[in-house]
Amino acid sequence: MPELMIQVENLTKFYGATRAVDDVTFNVRKGEVLGFLGPNGAGKSTTMKVLTCYLAPTAGRAQVAGFDVFDNSLEVRKHLGYLPEDTPLYKDMTVLEYLQFAAAMRGMASDRSAKRIKEIGGRCGLHEVAGKLVGELSRGYRQRAGLAQAMLDDPDILILDEPTSGLDPNQIVEIRQLIKEVGKEKTVILSTHILPEVQATCSRILIISSGKLVADGSPDELRAREKASRYRLLVEANGATAEAVKARLGSIKGVSRCETVLGEVGAHAFSLYAAGDEDLRKVLFRAAVDNKWTLLELHREAASLETVFRNLTTREEVKS
Amino acid sequence: MNAALTIAKREIRTYFNSPIAYIVLTVFLLLAGYLFFGSLFIERQAELRSYFNLMPLLLAFIVPAIAMRLIAEEKGSGSLEMLITMPVPDWQVIVGKFLAGMALLAVLVGLTLVYGITVMLVGPLDRGPAIGGYLGVLLMGGAYMSIGVMASTFTRNQIVAFIIAFAISFSLYLFYRLLPFTPELIRPVLSYLSVESHFEAISRGVIDTRDIVYYLSMMVVSLVIATLSLESRKWK
Repeated sequence: MPELMIQVENLTKFYGATRAVDDVTFNVRKGEVLGFLGPNGAGKSTTMKVLTCYLAPTAGRAQVAGFDVFDNSLEVRKHLGYLPEDTPLYKDMTVLEYLQFAAAMRGMASDRSAKRIKEIGGRCGLHEVAGKLVGELSRGYRQRAGLAQAMLDDPDILILDEPTSGLDPNQIVEIRQLIKEVGKEKTVILSTHILPEVQATCSRILIISSGKLVADGSPDELRAREKASRYRLLVEANGATAEAVKARLGSIKGVSRCETVLGEVGAHAFSLYAAGDEDLRKVLFRAAVDNKWTLLELHREAASLETVFRNLTTREEVKS
Repeated sequence: MNAALTIAKREIRTYFNSPIAYIVLTVFLLLAGYLFFGSLFIERQAELRSYFNLMPLLLAFIVPAIAMRLIAEEKGSGSLEMLITMPVPDWQVIVGKFLAGMALLAVLVGLTLVYGITVMLVGPLDRGPAIGGYLGVLLMGGAYMSIGVMASTFTRNQIVAFIIAFAISFSLYLFYRLLPFTPELIRPVLSYLSVESHFEAISRGVIDTRDIVYYLSMMVVSLVIATLSLESRKWK
């Protein structure tokens, strides 16, 4: 059932005169794990705050589970689990007390809440810290307690603002596993600026930069969009300067950009970007032979998500 | 209303798990005890009047100190975002916080029932003024508390919240003292707005609906403003 769980139309949010989110439109289907990607201050958190009814949009509309976030915010919140950035939990409560409080706030019946707390507590690995004060927990456990709180009432939609920030690599893997598992039945939106994270957990990626949506697609689609592949060259140029070699390489048809990078003694290294998606390896080899250079290394890299991200987000900054 | 009670329960626990409740309690009991026993031993009067007489001023200090953290602290720490994105209407958050503050105030005032009992032991207690006095203290405290909750929604800084609440509460107290110096024209207005003029009647044992309506409307107006202020994050 391809039900639209989240519909955002032309969402714009101003903080005073600053435009934090600028005319963003996207939909999220049921069962998708959506990665919200962008540099710090790009508008990820603001968009999430609008979806969770903490802030109202300046213009545009947002619907969650079919309800408008502004007109029907109570219904929206019943369908949501939310983990804000930095996990602001009450420090003077124990983990168990906190979860009980959250269950009571959500109006869960006491037998169901006891069952859910046990179940979710187990899934998030909270049993051994149940009696500890939240304020005394390590960052990782606090994050897990926040996640448990968000999942407590079995919401259809989970919104997680940087769920893995500040965790150690082992904890990150655990949390990602948990999110992936939850994502099988639920709709999840998570924000991050860690690229491997979206590759590991998300079925779809939105890239946002300076408040604008700059890309929307699966990780593979985004990689395919970025046609320009990158070549790495290591050349022994018989005494020719790096500058000369660079100029020669840059003039080859199909090369859009050539950069000198750190090489080895006696050899020059370059990064080349192709303009189209044709393979330039043969042309580069010929060029080396024609100029009597010795080609020590030639490597073609497919566009990584990282290049996609860098290109999309830095281009925007240059424009604005 | 369940959510409001859940919030109130949590806040009451926080009060008694931290030094705040005990500090406020100590200061309040010291001052109240000084006022009460002063008249009992020095003036040899077996009555509660001097204790009640200073309540409008004393509570104008104590209640803002109780209320200042209620919203401002959560604004500062960020937990407010967690709280109000739960499926609970904003007004229930405000009412829950208000009830928690009132619970602590009730404990304070409840402890001073000892004074009433002491008076009963050493002489005849005039019941009307005593019952009216305790009721009046709670009503007046409620008005101050709602102002305190309102001030606490205005800022993330507890000190600022305290000062705003104290300034408003103290002004309402001062109106009565300023009456002789104000023009005839606005005198009835000031007299009506003054917390003390209403309290005076109640603490004499005269329970007039107009006084009760005054205190209740103070609470309703302040709590409505507090709710609007909490919702103001959503103003476009």
